Amino acid sequence: MKRYMAVWFRHLAADRLALRYPGLRRQPFVLVAPERGRIIIRSVSREAGRLGILPGTVLADARAVYPDLLFYDEDPSQDKLLESLAIWCYRFTPITGVDGADGLVLDISGCTHLWGGEEAYFENIVTRLQAGGYHVRAAIADTMAAAWAVARYGTTHPVIAPGGQAAVIRDLPPEALRLEQPVIERLRKLGLTLTGLFMDMPPAVLRRRFGLQVLERLGKLLGNIPEVLVPVQPPEPYVERLPCFDPIRTAPGIELAIRKLLEMICQRLQEEEKGLRKARLVCYRTDGGQQQIEIGTNSPVRNLEHLFRLFELKIDTIEPDLGIELFVMEAPVVEGLTTQQERLWDLDTCGKKDAVTKLLDRLESRIGAAAIHRYLPEEHHWPERSIRQTNDVHEAPAVAWPEHLVRPVSLLGAPVRIEVSAPIPDYPPMLFIHKGKIHKVVKADGPERIEREWWMEKGLQRDYYQVEDEEGGRYWLFRSGHYGEYKPEWFIHGYFA
Amino acid sequence: MKQSAERNEVIARLRGEILSSGGTVFSSHSHEHPDLGPLNRAFPGHCFPFRGTHEFISHNSETAAATLGFMAGLLSRIMKGPEMAVWVGAHRTLFPPGLKAFCIVPDRIIFIDLVSEKEMLWVVEECLKCTALAAVVGEVPDIHPIALRRLQLAIEKSGVPCLLHRHRPRSVENTVCTTRWMITPMASLMEEGLPGVGYPQWQVALLKVRNGKPGSWQITWDGQQFQQGGQESMEEQNIYIKAG
Repeated sequence: MKRYMAVWFRHLAADRLALRYPGLRRQPFVLVAPERGRIIIRSVSREAGRLGILPGTVLADARAVYPDLLFYDEDPSQDKLLESLAIWCYRFTPITGVDGADGLVLDISGCTHLWGGEEAYFENIVTRLQAGGYHVRAAIADTMAAAWAVARYGTTHPVIAPGGQAAVIRDLPPEALRLEQPVIERLRKLGLTLTGLFMDMPPAVLRRRFGLQVLERLGKLLGNIPEVLVPVQPPEPYVERLPCFDPIRTAPGIELAIRKLLEMICQRLQEEEKGLRKARLVCYRTDGGQQQIEIGTNSPVRNLEHLFRLFELKIDTIEPDLGIELFVMEAPVVEGLTTQQERLWDLDTCGKKDAVTKLLDRLESRIGAAAIHRYLPEEHHWPERSIRQTNDVHEAPAVAWPEHLVRPVSLLGAPVRIEVSAPIPDYPPMLFIHKGKIHKVVKADGPERIEREWWMEKGLQRDYYQVEDEEGGRYWLFRSGHYGEYKPEWFIHGYFA
Repeated sequence: MKQSAERNEVIARLRGEILSSGGTVFSSHSHEHPDLGPLNRAFPGHCFPFRGTHEFISHNSETAAATLGFMAGLLSRIMKGPEMAVWVGAHRTLFPPGLKAFCIVPDRIIFIDLVSEKEMLWVVEECLKCTALAAVVGEVPDIHPIALRRLQLAIEKSGVPCLLHRHRPRSVENTVCTTRWMITPMASLMEEGLPGVGYPQWQVALLKVRNGKPGSWQITWDGQQFQQGGQESMEEQNIYIKAG
């Protein structure tokens, strides 16, 4: 059965300002914004609320009564604050959402026993938020709508027992249904000032008089119509959590936590015949900071020892500071890995791929994946495009490596210009000057003409020659373009063995 | 006759034992050892002790290319099985398709490009510990003797050969490597009278080999294996072509 908790920040904007400027604490002040040429009060602090100032009043009116009322401009980035509060609540439940402009909703099903029951859980959240400087009201109920209503309008105990929402909302005003203003006004005009007065009317009557919305809201409140919680952070399907009673500050402690989390996650992967490709360890510190380390593997893995060794390389990058109170292990990317496959790998005599993949995983986690590559052939003659870089260890070439092509063993990053003296039109050079040294060409092969692919780029073709100088050095030279309208240029592009 | 054959066998076995107790990793199966053609004679027991560290010194771009060619040839002798090799370097100029001429399928090599020398040595050492690799090639100009000793220890455990290309080293000190080579390019081999560039030929100097005889040879790569360079093999080839 689902349980939800709704948290209502009664003076969110004002609390936030008071947190930033502690001098404002326990002071009546208001936040204002211009609207249709007038300055309107948008939100008030608790003390200002006690004076009877309501949001929506014109500032000039309020100052007529309280001439020394403090006022500040409203900060539009408020929803981000709510989102970060929702993420902060992540330590209590994995599913948290923002509800309206001033509320949070938490799916607390199955979480409360970790804190010793719903009462203690409720107390914990509310006191911690209040200690943080926020004025909150909260409630726990079977449905989101009921928790919302009780948090804002409830007068009884805020933790509603399972199935008890119908009895509680009888005593709430119609506003607790979150209806539109005209509908509420009509209800009040008819004297229906409590929900209990119209709740039991036949649905057909309610629909005819007040519209479909009333029925819908009532259904959501009572749990007849399901309501969906939109989480701030979509929960990872493979996630394990490890809350700690005492903050952890040492490397052996972190190691122990990683081992325990991996054990849980590997167990689950084993059951579902899956292996992980990426894992992330997020550490929530007591001071609200977050630390995370991430590992990636080249193929699906669920071997605990291997994964642990990958994490072990990165443990020293975690800064525990005052201590870590919650470890969360996520596996954002998983792939199928059957037991048979796993066994095959162990016996794999020809490939030995498993050992190589593990080695690369280990290297990758220290030096980064960008440093590791293999090359596969591409169907291009242009030397720079004839190979393709890949990071995949298992990828097989799509085309065969070209046979009988004369290619140097060492290629310069970019061709370098050389001075030559060569007979025209298409003979190899007799001598060339590279880096101030004159090389007299003794032997030569070529030309091998390589055209640029016109569908990719425009430019001159290259005529490649393999030449050898007196000292036995072998070079790959090319002439860019023909002799004709202008003088072609010569380049050196590589060295042969 | 039979007795002498037996005696030879015993002597060969004893020699092997002595060599292996001397620190060289020496396998009794001679077919496991890569065949380096005419170079075999320089090594203890006529077998290239490939499970060790091999240094290749080069000083300019031409010798570096010749060295890369010789190393590729050597690598192709070592990579007989289906295993992969790792190539670690800082300023790698190697053009993978160029390996095809030395009987290496370029996609069987994993390239790791790093800048920091410290990380490079760490990677080489980690790779040497992995028995699933055929060989590890490192392009490090300078290596501290202690670091080299670490690599040697890793090899003694795993048996993965390590080729180190030292391009423009600051100094060539006496290190604990198994062999040290210097390769310089020579005029290529081509049939008399024919134009064009032929098979690559090098002056191969074996500067150091543990328990073997250092020397210098003219070696050519005929597209399949190492051959004795110079004019002699030329004539043989001529005969072969004529007969064919």
